[in-house]
Amino acid sequence: MGISVEEVRKVAMLARLLLDDEELQAMSEQLTKILDYMELLRRVETSNVEPLAHPLELVSVFRPDQLAASLPREQALACAPRHDGQCYLVPAVLGEL
Amino acid sequence: MSRLLELSAVELAELFRQGELSSSEIVDSFLEQARRWDGTVGAFLQLDAEQCRAQAAAVDEKRRRGEKLGPLAGVPIAIKDILCTAGTPTTCASRMLGNFVPPYDATVICRLREADAVLFGKTNLDEFAMGGSTETSAFKLTRNPWDLDRVPGGSSGGSAACVAARMVPLALGTDTGGSIRQPAALCGVAGLKPTYGRVSRFGLIAYASSLDQIGPLARCVEDLALSLEIIAGHDPRDSTSYPGEVPPYRTLCKQPLEKLRIGIIPEQLEQIDPAISQAIREAAKVFQELGAEFREVSLPHSEYAVACYYIIAPSEASSNLARYDGVHYGYRTDERQMAERLAEERRLASAGKSPEEPDPPLVRLFRQTRSEGFGPEVKRRIMLGTYALSAGYYQAYYLHAARVRRLIRQDYDQAFSQVDVLLGPVTPTPAFRIGERIQDPLAMYLFDLFTVGANLAGICGLALPCGFTADGLPIGLQLQGPPFSEPRLLQLGYWYQQRTDWHRRVPPRLRSESSPAGVSSNR
Repeated sequence: MGISVEEVRKVAMLARLLLDDEELQAMSEQLTKILDYMELLRRVETSNVEPLAHPLELVSVFRPDQLAASLPREQALACAPRHDGQCYLVPAVLGEL
Repeated sequence: MSRLLELSAVELAELFRQGELSSSEIVDSFLEQARRWDGTVGAFLQLDAEQCRAQAAAVDEKRRRGEKLGPLAGVPIAIKDILCTAGTPTTCASRMLGNFVPPYDATVICRLREADAVLFGKTNLDEFAMGGSTETSAFKLTRNPWDLDRVPGGSSGGSAACVAARMVPLALGTDTGGSIRQPAALCGVAGLKPTYGRVSRFGLIAYASSLDQIGPLARCVEDLALSLEIIAGHDPRDSTSYPGEVPPYRTLCKQPLEKLRIGIIPEQLEQIDPAISQAIREAAKVFQELGAEFREVSLPHSEYAVACYYIIAPSEASSNLARYDGVHYGYRTDERQMAERLAEERRLASAGKSPEEPDPPLVRLFRQTRSEGFGPEVKRRIMLGTYALSAGYYQAYYLHAARVRRLIRQDYDQAFSQVDVLLGPVTPTPAFRIGERIQDPLAMYLFDLFTVGANLAGICGLALPCGFTADGLPIGLQLQGPPFSEPRLLQLGYWYQQRTDWHRRVPPRLRSESSPAGVSSNR
């Protein structure tokens, strides 16, 4: 079961990646090869097996609901590529720039 | 080479405490070794000599004033550059985090500071720990100290290489699918992947959260025991960290061995490099002399482990790495160029010359930032994971893999009902040549077949040096045990090292007194 260049383009959008034509082509070939290998798993009968998402299978872990200091704003902003001292700055979310 | 470089972390800590050595002397010796060799090996992404000397001077002063000293006082430890260190860049060997300076320490870093260790530089890795050769690092190539034309393994390749090259006695790595055990094996050092939950992951930059675990690399097993004792334990900031007590690993590993049952999987030894199976059989004899009894066992679903892992790990990665958006921290694309390109695309679209609707500006910012910030292997795993989790494929890929994961875990449970630990190989071949596999992602993934099982099942695994190939490349063995059986693995490792000297062998190049004359292929 392969993955076409068109499908790769769609998945790249879901993954918020921008791939040029050459990358789309290479990705389609490599992912096809990898997914072909994954077909191996089809041999395993799992209809009566519960999925294991996590090795600990813990029940919810609770802690007391207490106020604690959080990261100071200037420290949180210090790593941001663009900010105005109060907020992170981003290009227009809707419409034109 | 100074004799001091051959001492274990435990020995150095002891000599420091007794006043035989100052931390400044210790740190200067390792800095000198790094100055001579790291230009060739390339293990470190950053190594700030002044910062190291300042920490050493501080702990010397602490000793002078008679203050209480921590268990690693005065001893240098290298840190894989995926663990957050406050005020020191932490890059994950990615352009995406090339300028990232964390505002906080990872829990393991806090614990090392409390233990009075000297944090000795940040080591190279595969980008975001995705790879098995350290070749996917965006910044530099790390070479195997035993053969400079070969990879050190990965993803903790820098940590393994700097321990092997005696630039440091001890290092921290992380292991998601073998990333501590595999480079340890390829570089001829010891490495421990603790049980999932044993060590807090807070401040470990996430790759696959249900698989990631931090652990130590060193030449001596006793050093692994001491460092695990320091970094293990519950942490309220990691809800998956195990609340149970931390055993005194260092004391326990030296306890006399009682009669143990060791399982061996015959098929494993048939499908690998004959030199490796030979070395494992020799190691089995040593364990037999130590009183172990051998049984043949099987892990029937182990042939599916790589396929299972390369669905689950990329799925988790695609979700974890969604945070790199060019907004909160890290790399951001050039916004002016981006705006110009987008305006051009709009013109084409409105003139009916482009079939595609241009992205809204914020979406384009994310996409362009991520495409420029991530390297090819990271993109490949994000794509694979996004695909495996996407509508229509989730059941066939992710959910099915999660079910197979349980079968893999049940295989281990079954095996550990018959034996105490499993002995086997870490890798199917010794270290491969630089560039040999990087163009073939699947071949690289298949190299992980003996290590991913422990991560999927959440159990612990120890890699130990156990021999050399005819070409002088290190061979590693792997001991795997049930959850929280670290004391037993370390005890077996400790006694194995009392009987063997593989861990004391020095890469031939390092034995020469002259400085390296650059990289050449004469071996």
